[in-house]
Amino acid sequence: MKTLRASIVRLGGLLHQQRREADLAAEIESHIAMHTDDAMRAGLTREQARRQALLKLGGVEAVKEAWRDRRGVPFLEHLWLDLKFALRQLRKNPAFAGAAVLVLALGMCASTAIFAFVDAALVRPLPYPGAARLVAVTETSAGFRRANLSYLDYQDWKHFNTVFQSFDVYSGGGFLFHGPDGAEPARAGRVSAGFFRTLGVTPLLGRGFLASEEGPGAPRVVMLAHGTWQQRFGGRPDILGRAVTLSGESYTIVGVLPADFQFAPLGAAEFWTVIDARSGCAVRRSCHDLDGVARLKPGATMASAVANLASIARQLEQQYPDSNRGRGVSVILFAELVSGDFRPILMLLMGGAGLLLLIACVNVASLVLARAEARKREMAVRSALGASRARLCSQFVTEAVLLVAGAGALSLLTASVLIETLKKLIPAAMLPQMSFLRDLGLNPAVLAYAAMVAVLAVAWFSLAPLLHLAASKTRDSLAEGARGATGKAWRRLGSRLVVVELAIAMVLLAGAALLGKSLYRLLHVNLGFRPDHLALITVAAPDVSYGAKERNVALGREIVSRVASLPGVESVALTTQPPVTYNGNTDWIRIVRKPYHGGHIEVNERDVSAGYFQTIGARLLHGRYFSDAEDASKPKVLVINETFAERYFPGEDPIGRQIGDTQLTPKSIWTIIGVVADIRDGALDSEIWPTEYHPFNQDPSTYFTVMARTRQKPEALLPVLGPVIHQLHPDVGSTGETTIEASINSSMTAYLHRSSAWLVGGFAATALLLGVVGLYGVVAYSVSQRTREIGVRMALGAGRVSVYRMILQEAGRLAAAGIALGAAGSVAAATLARKLLFGVSSWDAPTLAAVAGLLGIAALAASFVPARRAARVNVVEALRCE
Amino acid sequence: MGNKAEVWQGTLALMVLKTLEAMGPLHGYGIARRIEQTSGNRLALNYGTLYPALLKLEQEGAIEAEWGLSDNHRKAKFYRLTRAGRKQLARAAQDWEQATAILALFLAPGEGGA
Repeated sequence: MKTLRASIVRLGGLLHQQRREADLAAEIESHIAMHTDDAMRAGLTREQARRQALLKLGGVEAVKEAWRDRRGVPFLEHLWLDLKFALRQLRKNPAFAGAAVLVLALGMCASTAIFAFVDAALVRPLPYPGAARLVAVTETSAGFRRANLSYLDYQDWKHFNTVFQSFDVYSGGGFLFHGPDGAEPARAGRVSAGFFRTLGVTPLLGRGFLASEEGPGAPRVVMLAHGTWQQRFGGRPDILGRAVTLSGESYTIVGVLPADFQFAPLGAAEFWTVIDARSGCAVRRSCHDLDGVARLKPGATMASAVANLASIARQLEQQYPDSNRGRGVSVILFAELVSGDFRPILMLLMGGAGLLLLIACVNVASLVLARAEARKREMAVRSALGASRARLCSQFVTEAVLLVAGAGALSLLTASVLIETLKKLIPAAMLPQMSFLRDLGLNPAVLAYAAMVAVLAVAWFSLAPLLHLAASKTRDSLAEGARGATGKAWRRLGSRLVVVELAIAMVLLAGAALLGKSLYRLLHVNLGFRPDHLALITVAAPDVSYGAKERNVALGREIVSRVASLPGVESVALTTQPPVTYNGNTDWIRIVRKPYHGGHIEVNERDVSAGYFQTIGARLLHGRYFSDAEDASKPKVLVINETFAERYFPGEDPIGRQIGDTQLTPKSIWTIIGVVADIRDGALDSEIWPTEYHPFNQDPSTYFTVMARTRQKPEALLPVLGPVIHQLHPDVGSTGETTIEASINSSMTAYLHRSSAWLVGGFAATALLLGVVGLYGVVAYSVSQRTREIGVRMALGAGRVSVYRMILQEAGRLAAAGIALGAAGSVAAATLARKLLFGVSSWDAPTLAAVAGLLGIAALAASFVPARRAARVNVVEALRCE
Repeated sequence: MGNKAEVWQGTLALMVLKTLEAMGPLHGYGIARRIEQTSGNRLALNYGTLYPALLKLEQEGAIEAEWGLSDNHRKAKFYRLTRAGRKQLARAAQDWEQATAILALFLAPGEGGA
């Protein structure tokens, strides 16, 4: 009670300080007067009496100080004083304060912004209850680390496994939505009935799918994504039970998914339907088009799940050798599947931002140290006047807090802008796969990260000068004329920091250069076709109307001739998959008249129309291309790529050879008529796979891409492509009109390489600037400290050239040390990040040499200015200085 | 000099309170002199330490201060015990007596252990 009362009174003691001071002074004065009176009465002179009174009191100022400590809350008062003093100091030194805050804010901003992405993609759990137990389950094959499941394999795995609470599958797809403007392709997801229950997602309206809806004879039902409900159906509340026509067939709407539902693998899916267990693919064990997602049972681990499924897979392999040979099991965390492509680049960027933050901190620390050095005398005076060590420390801490707080506030502002900017730079086509970015921003986790960085920075900026000052003695500092020893110590420390800065700058520069070179190599990789002047559009026709082969072929011909008649169009062709997309859509083949051991020969399969190779500008190596007349009525022919020929017909002429399915069933036999130089079908950075090209007219599809070579800019054709096809057949939908160059540029591979190259490039440029400024600072300080020495040297006959040499040698030693250290660091860093490099080795000597050269030149330029000042020293003034 | 006792931690407040109870309102110098006299000049009291102690007691509400005139007609700040101060004194005195009694038992010669 009384302590509480006292505390309140003490807080009150912070007020009316002047009056209380006066009161105390009067009280002590009266004390001394009374004591002096008494002592005089005892026979002392006035002087002696007063002296005795003062001695007995113990010193007026000491009493006042003890009294003051008791009066208010000394900690708060000191803090306030420190704050006022620190602010005054910073204001008195705006260049220092501004530079330190800016540099630090730069580092903090970059690392906070990148961390926001890391947090969204890698740290934050996916928005499903118990997301940590969700796993992605697929098969594996020789060609794929993760290969699709077949429906029948899935059924067996689901039935016999003992590790999953539930196990479901999904697959992407599309429908033609028949809206008011005719047919329009819409993304869709096909899932097994328990899919949403496995994810733990409850529909906003209606219900999820029932197990009975997966079986034969089930009614067609569909669930809508929230956006679809809002945009295509106006958000009408009576949506349940209504019918919607998709690809010419009627579906009943049974549910609407919540607005915050996200499923990155099928990001843009608008309609969700149940897998049709009767459809063509689902009844064939060799037809793989599904991905699995499962929830682990409590107690089950990834390892036990893999072991359990692998034993099932082995049994299936024995039971169905033809379809299941070499099919293994892959189980990874579902979160890993979602973030998979982004993980390495985010780690790289986090590393880059971390290095930038480090260099910023080192830079500011050397500023702080330089100031501490300059204030040594001030500290010594305060210490001599009785300031306690704790009091001096708290001054440094207060200043560090002020600096970091300023920088932190600035960095949060800029980081939020940077985050938005980076988000805008992501190609729209990639956003659905990055649904985790939906709640990207300065959330509590990111703020906590920023706070942690700030606390570390405060610790570093207050410890550095303290440790530095602890090493020097008060007495030496008071006699500041003796600058020799301490000045040297500081120069040594500053030099070390600069070496670290230059080394980091070198690592970032080398990283940026390697990534830039990778990007260049990637964008200039041999495509096997001419990407300029190529427009493309994807077409989807409903199976109900165009499923019959003749009708499908006729549709293809009509579209080709209609588009070809457009002005400015040189030639037109169809393909089931445009180049530079992905390896996949494969076929298992067997080569006639070659020994076969039952292993799967897996090759890419593309169905292309007759003019395809000429239109995209591919190069024929042997044989011939097929003609438009080669349709179902003619013998089956195909063109293979060079890799196919080299791998399966080494040293032989493949023309005229035949391939078929794994059983070599007579109707599956195709005859090779041509070999085309490799066309890059997969992503820019993936290897070329053996590929077979079937005539579209012999193996048509209702989902294909139209490719048109134009005489003028291909962009001019884009607005008319869709309407032209639509006019021709209102029930046929089209989507994704673009140019092949644009599609390559916005591909995931190009984006990842480009963004990493640019961002790390930005970090590197900043680091270079900071490193060089740091070097300049150290050399300039050194020159200012050595003015007298230089004067002496020159008085003794040293020429200006030798002064230049002396200063530049000092800078050169630092730069060389930094570059050497940085070169080693660069190789190590690049080795860590080698997966992100393309066509460049992590120890690419020309790149390292160029970067070292750049850094060396920059360092030389930075030290030239102080060197010049040193060489122009006026000997007489220099000798007089001090 | 060597044989004068230092003022033990925490006892100064008790001495001040007791002095004020015995003497009525008194200024700082008077309190200091009185404490020295009471101790038979065996205590080495640094007068300066009295003022923070007085401030603390005032903040705790045990004493009140008022400017007045001393016997020699000098302006002085007089301290007076409050009701709360009397209670605090009674409690502290009791605690102290108990503590010294216990300590005395420990220090008594020949008692207890082998």
